[in-house]
Amino acid sequence: MPGLTHVQTTINGVQTDFLAEPRQSLLEVLRDVLGKTGTKEGCNDGNCGACTVMLDGRIVDSCLVLAVETQGSEITTIEGLATADGLHPIQQAFLEQAALQCGICTPGFIIAAKGLLDQEPDADEGRIRHWLAGNLCRCTGYDKIIRAVLEAEKQLK
Amino acid sequence: MSNQVLSDVEYRVVGKRPIRPDGVDKVTGRAQYGADIYPAGLLHGKMLRSPHPHAKVVSIDTSQAEALPGVLAVVTAADFPLASLGKEGLGDGYQRLKFATDLIMASDKVLFKGHPLAAVAAVNAHVAEEAVGLIKVEYQKLPPVMNVQAAMQDGAQLIHDELYTSYLGESSEKPSNVAAHLFFEKGDIEQGFADADVVLEREFHTEMVHQGYIEPQNSTAFWNADGQLTIWCSTQGSFMIRNSVADVLRFPVSKIKVIPTEIGGGFGGKISAYLEPVSALLSRKCGQPVKMLMTRTEVFEASGPAPGSWMKVKMGATKDGRITAAHVTLAYEAGAYPGSPVMAGTSCALSCYDLENGRVEGFDVLVNKPKTSAYRAPGSPQAAFAVESVIDEICEKLDLDPIEVRIKNAAKEGTRRVEGPVARKIGLIQCLEAAKSHDHYKKPVEGKSSGRGIACGFWMNRGFQSSVTMTVQYDGTISLLMGSVDIGGTRASIAQQTAETLGIEYEDVHPTVVDTDSIGFTFVTGGSRTSFATGLAAIGAAEDVKEQMVKRAAQIWDTPVENVEYVDGIIQHRSDSELKMSFQDLAKQLGATGGAITGRSNVDPSGEGNGYAVHIVDVEVDQETGKVDILRYTAIQDAGKAVHPSYVEGQMQGGVVQGIGWALNEEYFFNDQGQMMNPTFLDYRMPTSLDLPMIDTVIVEVANPGHPYGVKGVGEVPIVPPMAAISNAIHQAIGLRMPSLPMSPGKILEALWENGK
Repeated sequence: MPGLTHVQTTINGVQTDFLAEPRQSLLEVLRDVLGKTGTKEGCNDGNCGACTVMLDGRIVDSCLVLAVETQGSEITTIEGLATADGLHPIQQAFLEQAALQCGICTPGFIIAAKGLLDQEPDADEGRIRHWLAGNLCRCTGYDKIIRAVLEAEKQLK
Repeated sequence: MSNQVLSDVEYRVVGKRPIRPDGVDKVTGRAQYGADIYPAGLLHGKMLRSPHPHAKVVSIDTSQAEALPGVLAVVTAADFPLASLGKEGLGDGYQRLKFATDLIMASDKVLFKGHPLAAVAAVNAHVAEEAVGLIKVEYQKLPPVMNVQAAMQDGAQLIHDELYTSYLGESSEKPSNVAAHLFFEKGDIEQGFADADVVLEREFHTEMVHQGYIEPQNSTAFWNADGQLTIWCSTQGSFMIRNSVADVLRFPVSKIKVIPTEIGGGFGGKISAYLEPVSALLSRKCGQPVKMLMTRTEVFEASGPAPGSWMKVKMGATKDGRITAAHVTLAYEAGAYPGSPVMAGTSCALSCYDLENGRVEGFDVLVNKPKTSAYRAPGSPQAAFAVESVIDEICEKLDLDPIEVRIKNAAKEGTRRVEGPVARKIGLIQCLEAAKSHDHYKKPVEGKSSGRGIACGFWMNRGFQSSVTMTVQYDGTISLLMGSVDIGGTRASIAQQTAETLGIEYEDVHPTVVDTDSIGFTFVTGGSRTSFATGLAAIGAAEDVKEQMVKRAAQIWDTPVENVEYVDGIIQHRSDSELKMSFQDLAKQLGATGGAITGRSNVDPSGEGNGYAVHIVDVEVDQETGKVDILRYTAIQDAGKAVHPSYVEGQMQGGVVQGIGWALNEEYFFNDQGQMMNPTFLDYRMPTSLDLPMIDTVIVEVANPGHPYGVKGVGEVPIVPPMAAISNAIHQAIGLRMPSLPMSPGKILEALWENGK
């Protein structure tokens, strides 16, 4: 059995320590060790974006990050977006624009969209389509997702 | 760019766009999908799968895997009842159960790459994976049969030694790779071809494609010490999974509870059981809950994709564009076991048209590929690619407008399809008229090397069994229980129909999807049936509630029931205007006047109403790279009555985009050893947001007479027209017909070079 490493991180603003084997991905630790199952596994090889989280302000596929690499990092998962006061404007826009059907890709899309809007609050449709090309959705044809991100942009201003 | 709804009838709740009840859980990551289930003491299972597409299994040795620390159970085909009952124990039922069991766990032969051979449960997935690597299997390789034409040849390598072709109720004398030959005919096609001014005969090929749902298959099972089996899984039909597990494990349904979790897409691919019986047997062996998750590669190689096909269409028409006869032949890949969707393909192939003379033949053909399954309007998209391409070519030859020709031949109320059923009130002509007058069709195509294509699509839609119960809570709300899993907004559409019927607010209906112990038998969420059939069950249960509320009011007012009526959420005395209560007022009194009221309804409706779609697409072809870009897309569809137009548009847009993927990129690519070479999302390339424009929609509402609000299924038909529409557009752009899918850059370039362009 491989040895365990003690890893200290901040997840959704809360200091979070865990023990990880070298072979465990951040995705596996978030889900199987820390119970943060809002981050989804769709392919486990970095092609679908369902496991997108923010790592020190950048969006990453958490299936491609080894858990032991996150020592000292700040991580935001889908569980960290809504507050006691309500949903994040991106979440609200997805809800109101019917931008989800089955919902399995939704957490990844919302985190990825946040990654864009944090940096580029005026991204246009083409830029949004380009940015979100790393996230696969098989239900919606993307139309309502793009509209939701455009709507969230307005609400964030 | 727009989404239009062409409505004649407005309702108070049906047709509005409320927030879906499960929405907040899904945007916050709280919704529990199959992989999110973690019962106490959970173990993880992994499957050993065959690297060969066709081989005899000489021996399996699991001893080293069993000895690995952290391994708690190993199962093989020997653990399934089939092995102990054998041919003697099962008699006539042997072959059916053997096919059903072998698909889940191979015994004597492996028939596709990825075919399961053994499974391990261990303390975590990594240990289980290591243990799987320690299982030794000796194979005797056989030549793989990889396409329908090879499989149908005389003397072809047989995949099953004792499979015979069924044809018009008879069985063939010799074993064959063709499990069934279907034949439907109407009129006299020879006469029809003789009457034609133009007759075309064309062949088409399509490759195997996958539904591509983002959530892989999963199952968590716990076989309790008292013999009760509980299964959590994401499935389109909890009752189907219960039946499959009961069947292959020879175990009573009353001892199996299937708890459907949220489901991350299905499109027909999450109806069959794969992991559920295996995780159940592993749990029985070790007494702990066992979770199994497929990897993406396992999903591609060993779930149920849609068949590749070889098709032939012969069609004749008069100079003015009237189709005089059509003969369609469809040969679909069944995969390793019989049961391709070719039957539905034969039902759909010619069903957009009112033909005097037609013949449709179908062949269900075994090949060494995964057993195919349903994929959104299963069987119809392939057939439509062939038929709608030929119609386009006829329009070109006759120099006629493709919409006018389709209007001239369109199926309408009273049209009898080639395989028998007669259409009730349907909306194909209305969709074609909407296409003709749409801004998209009126404007010229923009761009260079660009073209426009149109195509129609048909899906019959389904009814089948559904069950709903609903209880009036004392605060005037409704708790609604249903067996239909919600794959894309049906909690909302069922709650809307309930609120409409009861005359209460949508927000006061709280729907819950429940397990197989908690509701009556409910068929899958599939076949475009849920908003229709489960909607009818909800309406029935709401009517039951109304009747009981009227009785209760009569009891309170001490008056005969006939004196009380229920109008728009008000319970009132027919003649005494003083006696009047709102639904909420009466609900408050239920506790003191006899207790709660529960309405119930179990239905198995016909009257589902057929689905029709017309699509318009503009494409641009890059003649240097062969890449096709979608410039503009408009999907028009008869939705009966769109219960929640946003989710109807979503179905249309999603179906279109799956069709665009099928048309341009997606295919299972096999090497000459029968191994899939692209079982990842990197190499099996589905459309991304960057590949697409907005998808415009027009919802045409021709009320379905089989439903009180005119509702009909909407989910499947939007995937039917895109392949032909895009092919027709490519033809207009570069002057070449593309008879084979996908129309990938390589194929486009090849076609251009072959034609000296």
